[in-house]
Amino acid sequence: MFLVTVALRAAPFVALTRLRDSGVVRYLGRTMPAGVMVVLVVYTLRDTTTALGSWVPATVALALTLGVHLAFRRAAASIVLGTGTYMLLQAWLG
Amino acid sequence: MSTSPSTSAEIRAEIRKGLADCSTVGLGLVPLGLAFGVLMTQAGFDWWWAPVFSLVIYAGSMEFLAIGLLTAVTPLYSLAAAAFLVNFRHVFYGLSFPLEAIRSRLGRLYAVYALTDEVYAITATKRRAEMTGPRTLTIAITCQSLWVIPGVIGALVGTALPEGLDGLQFALTALFAVLAVDAWRSSGDLPAPVIGLVCGLIAAVVAPDQMLIVGLCGFVGVLLVRYAWLQRTGRAERPGRTNRPGSDVG
Repeated sequence: MFLVTVALRAAPFVALTRLRDSGVVRYLGRTMPAGVMVVLVVYTLRDTTTALGSWVPATVALALTLGVHLAFRRAAASIVLGTGTYMLLQAWLG
Repeated sequence: MSTSPSTSAEIRAEIRKGLADCSTVGLGLVPLGLAFGVLMTQAGFDWWWAPVFSLVIYAGSMEFLAIGLLTAVTPLYSLAAAAFLVNFRHVFYGLSFPLEAIRSRLGRLYAVYALTDEVYAITATKRRAEMTGPRTLTIAITCQSLWVIPGVIGALVGTALPEGLDGLQFALTALFAVLAVDAWRSSGDLPAPVIGLVCGLIAAVVAPDQMLIVGLCGFVGVLLVRYAWLQRTGRAERPGRTNRPGSDVG
């Protein structure tokens, strides 16, 4: 993980112009981050089951996190609120 | 090209500027660093793993992911592939980073290693000619400190909390959801996160044990097909569109 991360950070200093001129690299750089994060959201929720105490807290907390972040753009507040809601709902329904 | 500061008074002034540069973006690292530390010890790691992660991996979202991946004993190639796909955006950061301002070889190596989203976001908004070596290095070091130290504090807090606090792991889901929204906002491209969602869900059903890698590779595969299709229909990437920084930790 260390090697891959540092290699990615060092790549443009080594192959500066070729990277800048590559349309596909530029396209991936623009489109990849949002989609990768969405895949990671699904990944972190992979153990969610159809039990009431599992999918309800996950769905409500995720919707709340997204809604609050779309409205107020305060990352830390959105995360704390979403996590708190999840913990409460899980304690209540689980 | 910037003129490099020579007297110690000038260097001190540049360091002060660097510290001031970190005031907004850098402080955003603190709550996330705390959360990272808490999650780390709640997952069963000793507290000192938090600074080890933050020095060895030093890429926030990857560190959060690594907690779960390492507890699940994920194979090395899987870890490397995940790191490559999650951190791919870093390829662009060097293009506008004022590396030439740093004189010492060691300083340059450190700056490349520590070129996170935050450091990029701070330096990218400044005029390149104003960025001196001491100022750039101060930004890099301050950002890493604002990530590592809260991580240690969070880890110690996590040790004090009752073990296995239920539901705390949702912080990771919320973090990625927030980052997805921010990344979507800065790219303005809605199909990409939708493709990501579909690929993630399919991977979760088809290959639950290899979900992360299958989902990420499938997503990039579909993106590449889409790129080829956009090229053919003449709606390819407009030139001159620059990549803006994400708000991710590292």
